[in-house]
Amino acid sequence: MNALLQVSGLRVAVGGKEILTGLDLTVRAGEVHAIMGPNGSGKSTLAHVLSGRDGYVVTGGSVSYLGRDLLAMAPEERARAGLFLGFQYPIEIPGVSNVYLLRSALNARRSARGESEIDAASFLRLVKDKARLMQMDETFLQRGVNEGFSGGEKKRNEIFQMAVLEPILAILDETDSGLDIDALKVVSNGVNSLRDPARAFVLVTHYQRLLDYIRPDFVHVLAGGRIIRTGDRTLALELEAGGYEQIVAAASP
Amino acid sequence: MTGNAPNQELEDFIGRGYAHGFVTDIEADTVAPGLSEDVIRFISAKKDEPPFLLAWRLKAYRHWLTLREPGWAKLHHPPIDYQAISYNSAPKASPGLKSIDEVDPKLLQTYEKLGIPLHERARLAGVAVDAVFDSVSVTTTFKDKLAAVGVIFCSFSEAVREHPELVRQYLGTVVPYRDNYFAALNSAVFTDGSFVYIPKGVRCPMELSTYFRINQAKTGQFERTLIVAEAGSHVSYLEGCTAPQRDENQLHAAVVELVALKDATIKYSTVQNWYPGDEEGRGGIYNFVTKRGDCRGANSRISWTQVEAGSAITWKYPSCILRGENSVGEFYSVAVTNNLQQADTGTKMIHIGRNTRSTIVSKGISAGRAQNAYRGLVKILPTAENARNYTQCDSLLMGARCGAHTFPYMEVRNPTAVVEHEATTSRIGDDQLFYCRQRGLSTEDAVNLIVNGFCKQVFRQLPMEFAVEAQNLLNVSLEGAVG
Repeated sequence: MNALLQVSGLRVAVGGKEILTGLDLTVRAGEVHAIMGPNGSGKSTLAHVLSGRDGYVVTGGSVSYLGRDLLAMAPEERARAGLFLGFQYPIEIPGVSNVYLLRSALNARRSARGESEIDAASFLRLVKDKARLMQMDETFLQRGVNEGFSGGEKKRNEIFQMAVLEPILAILDETDSGLDIDALKVVSNGVNSLRDPARAFVLVTHYQRLLDYIRPDFVHVLAGGRIIRTGDRTLALELEAGGYEQIVAAASP
Repeated sequence: MTGNAPNQELEDFIGRGYAHGFVTDIEADTVAPGLSEDVIRFISAKKDEPPFLLAWRLKAYRHWLTLREPGWAKLHHPPIDYQAISYNSAPKASPGLKSIDEVDPKLLQTYEKLGIPLHERARLAGVAVDAVFDSVSVTTTFKDKLAAVGVIFCSFSEAVREHPELVRQYLGTVVPYRDNYFAALNSAVFTDGSFVYIPKGVRCPMELSTYFRINQAKTGQFERTLIVAEAGSHVSYLEGCTAPQRDENQLHAAVVELVALKDATIKYSTVQNWYPGDEEGRGGIYNFVTKRGDCRGANSRISWTQVEAGSAITWKYPSCILRGENSVGEFYSVAVTNNLQQADTGTKMIHIGRNTRSTIVSKGISAGRAQNAYRGLVKILPTAENARNYTQCDSLLMGARCGAHTFPYMEVRNPTAVVEHEATTSRIGDDQLFYCRQRGLSTEDAVNLIVNGFCKQVFRQLPMEFAVEAQNLLNVSLEGAVG
């Protein structure tokens, strides 16, 4: 099967400092990839570059998404093409209701695909279903985007948005950080319910804990700006037991 | 990990210009620039005014001569040469129009370009419109339908001719000519404006609306609006303003007086889009306006809603005198400044009667190198038992070169008063924009979404058909503001 996402030799600098130093990653439809690594290894940089955030300079390599040059696409084009980023720190937008943002987002995607705008009734049904999935109160929908939300609510809201937007490739940047165990379960259930042969996930995480709930097909260890080891779920357990240092040391030339 | 590199797309999104900047090529009778008693006599004679009005104008003028321009606002501009302004400009062949068919077609085209429903379209829209072009009121639609319920809605000049007793009774009773420099100037030279009278117990059957347009070069516009709502009546009024794009600054010094008697309600909404000047601050309207409402009767209510998007300089403080017991004053404002625009705007709530309440919600948006100040006074007099005020002042900054300032004044002279003030300042962040774009919104839509969210409380107060217009205006005004 063709790759959804093909990252080849990606080099990225921030403020003149090279953070990614030749990263390769192939993600196919239906797969769940976990990217783990110590602090400062470049995990969030990878998530940001893939989603098109400003402030990163690509100095080498290429990224192909659905056969297109991802790096040439504006952030909104990537989103409309089905790429979703779950933010590590979701942003507050006061006065803009959650549903309003979501409807704008959904319609932007639909119009990019040449579809008509979703009618109000169908939209309402959709968001209510998804809110139930995420065990979110319906009043949540009318509140300002992330306005006054707790850390856990914000993360839950990210997964809720993902559930409504039904992306092709979802990159979740440390979605597990700051979650208590109950919230972690809800978030994981949300992700698991969206697993689909046509959809892929890239989970960026620091801890193995998330992977108890979301079983990845591949685990990659990112260190020094590139992937130094790839394995299955057991690699995460190995990391948990031995820490990053061992693996990083073993991979050093 | 926010990047600080200038975002090209945001920069690119700069500068669809001012949409109303065209000039109508129309012959006008414009008096020579300069101000003197003779000019005032000329204006008054041309309008065939009764002697009391000329006398009042001259008193105002003589008082004005003793005043100096106020300097307390956070505004900077070169001195205004009051002798270089023409105090009267009228499209030729305008007096005594019997019907809209007699109006110069070029004028009608102008209003059409502005999207004003002047003609039959007005009927469909259900909005009665008075249109003021330079100094003269061009036409008032729907007069008959309004007259059937006793509502008078006409140009100020016509009111002076047809209802001099009403004008005489109320003119200058809310904003006396001694009030301030610009009010005195306006009282001396005002040329036209709108007049509204709602009789006792009448709920005005439609939104009333006036569009002001400055067309001639080197003229000032000095209109005067007077709205009187008799006991138990209700009226909603909206004004819109535009002007052509010119390199020199033009002066607009208007006065608006509202009188609400017992149990009456006046809702006054403004969408101000005078030409703001270009990116370098060349040209634009100097907008020095005095607006005040007097809640004279018990249980009366005056509500100001303003969306101030245009003008090089905005100086205005729509205020309420809460004289009647249980009267209510409200001020909802969105002031947007971009490029080199300056706004010093806010309100005054003067609590005199018992159980009077006021609400102030001010939203200032600054972009480019603009300066935006909220200035507000809440004054509770000793007679105002149990007065209440709630003030909320929010500022939104776009970019790093603009400024937002808040000057709240409170004078509380009754211990039973409760006065609350909340203020916030925030910045449209790259973070917010990126978040929206990651969800699939274009930069433009993202800015609009964020700004409209910020202004929601105020837009909610606008009459439905104008809320959309205001939203669009805001979107256009801020185009290119982020970068």
